[in-house]
Amino acid sequence: MTGLTVAIEGVGVLGPGLPDWPASAAVLAGRASYQPLRTVLPAPSVLPPAERRRAGRVIKLALAIGAEAVAHAGRDPRSLASVFTSSGGDGDNCHEMCVALADSERLISPTRFHNSVHNAAAGYWGIGYGCTEASVTLCAYDASFAAGLLEAATQVTQQSRPVLLLAYDSDYPPPLQNHRRIADAFGLSLLLAPAGAVAALATLRLTLSQETASSLARPELEALRLSCPAARGLPLLEHLAQSRSGRVILDYLDSVRLAVEIVA
Amino acid sequence: MTPLPISHFTATSCIGRGLAATLLALEQSRSGLKPCDFETVTLETQIGEVAGVDAVRIPAALQAFDCRNNRLAQLGLEQDGFAAAVRASAARWGSERMGVFIGTSTAGILETEIAFRQRDPVSGALPKGFDYEHRQNSFSVSDYVRRALELRGPAFSLSTACSSSAKAFAVAQRMIGAGLIDAAVVGGVDSLCLTTLYGFHSLQLTARGACRPFDLKRDGLSIGEAAAFALLERDAETKADDGAPIWLLGCGESSDAHHMSSPHPEGAGARMAMRRALDAAAVSAADVGYINLHGTGTPSNDSAESLAVSAVFGDDTPCSSTKAATGHTLGAAGALEAVVCALALRHGLLPAGLNRTEPDPQLSLNYLTQPRHAAISTALSNSFGFGGVNCALLLGRAA
Repeated sequence: MTGLTVAIEGVGVLGPGLPDWPASAAVLAGRASYQPLRTVLPAPSVLPPAERRRAGRVIKLALAIGAEAVAHAGRDPRSLASVFTSSGGDGDNCHEMCVALADSERLISPTRFHNSVHNAAAGYWGIGYGCTEASVTLCAYDASFAAGLLEAATQVTQQSRPVLLLAYDSDYPPPLQNHRRIADAFGLSLLLAPAGAVAALATLRLTLSQETASSLARPELEALRLSCPAARGLPLLEHLAQSRSGRVILDYLDSVRLAVEIVA
Repeated sequence: MTPLPISHFTATSCIGRGLAATLLALEQSRSGLKPCDFETVTLETQIGEVAGVDAVRIPAALQAFDCRNNRLAQLGLEQDGFAAAVRASAARWGSERMGVFIGTSTAGILETEIAFRQRDPVSGALPKGFDYEHRQNSFSVSDYVRRALELRGPAFSLSTACSSSAKAFAVAQRMIGAGLIDAAVVGGVDSLCLTTLYGFHSLQLTARGACRPFDLKRDGLSIGEAAAFALLERDAETKADDGAPIWLLGCGESSDAHHMSSPHPEGAGARMAMRRALDAAAVSAADVGYINLHGTGTPSNDSAESLAVSAVFGDDTPCSSTKAATGHTLGAAGALEAVVCALALRHGLLPAGLNRTEPDPQLSLNYLTQPRHAAISTALSNSFGFGGVNCALLLGRAA
């Protein structure tokens, strides 16, 4: 199999104790210790005031990581196709909808309903930046990161243009929390572009594989990798943080994993 | 893009199980809509419910997936020999070389809605046996389909509201093009639930009676449910007793960047999606013989879509919305209406848009109110979703 070869031009990260990519890189490169403090989500300044006020945790998360990756790459967000991938979307909104529907009145807020679509974050991204390019939102439960990376890299190679990948998830409130354990909000964004780009941080070659997924050596980071679907991409970020070439196997489905050769 | 054969396809909606029943209903202009009597819902609206979903049995090994949405998926897979055709394809390509990409907007959220009514009054806990992963999560339907068909290649769900399953075709086309897989099962499965019935009602987007797309007095949509699937292959081994394959010629995608729940008033995003589908296929607008409109029956969708179609095609191309027959099947609509286009191409039947008794003078399209028999070579299907996410699919009778 030939595989998909793409360049990484920008990275965005936001998670527990990881306020941005430079801070995350310092942790992943071993230059800083890891303190898993609760994720702090910035207000999405790109949205109009009414939308900003109503933006839930995952919308803030997705907009923050996407903005960081786009700025890192120096790209114009209006011109970028995007792939959003998330296991559960907005868990708080889902909870509120289910509570309201369990009530005898069944009074649903219209805003809650349109925010309940899995592609809500993508919709706000488009509105915020005035981006009319194609956007897809997908879900593969715990496999959501590799699914998104595969789709984004496929788009880059098939359409010869840059694609913004945004992988993110947040914790559900109880009682769903007891049935879907996600520790905290965590998001990871990559600006992928056709291989050969001058500004590339690294080049990736992706192939499907049957090998076992790579883990992280430090227990606190391995715990983070397993705590949120989007964090399954951390083995790749570890190589980027260390500017180290190598090969990692990303968690995907029971029947197939994603092998990534990294040339830093 | 390189045209891709759709070697098998099937659809199950309130107008029928499988292709023969669907075609017959379209020929007879029969609607499957009825006054809403779903679950405990007390709304004055109509629904397109698939009969017999609750009686469908999930295979023993996949019991964890048992919910209304996956039962509907199972029912859909059983029609038209679709599952058998996929197994034959897997024998040819290898199960690890086949992808599964299913669109859904709400998956099995109905089970969660019911479970929330049964929360423990003291602890708030959900009832014993509640299974988030295999029922509520958006991936559950793609996971169910890949396990039921024993496919081992890449898989994920597409969830871009009402364009979800149209996007599934675009994903599969790219992934086959990139050489990652040789074939894919794509489709859409969305089932009735309280979230969408009460949600669209809260936005005042549901019709009180049966929906009337493109009618002057249209007052909203009618929610339906469906399971529709297609098998896309790198190349097709057509057998003599099979219908010739239908071809996926082009996919066009865009975003409105306008509003979460209202389309761009001039249909700018819709226009871009249609143009991109034509460009991808190198087909001119004049060569398209039928357009299956998104045509939800909301005042804003139909007027924006009419402007967009008119800008790209002019006002002569025959078109209709089949949602007054099937209801708006949301995440399944893209795949269901791709199948309607495939039937139109195969049988030369352009279906009528039902319930349009009074034309809206603002909507200038050549909207069919009677079915028309005409041999056509290409057909376009439009799907637009909340968040302003648009996808147009161009299908043809020849590559």
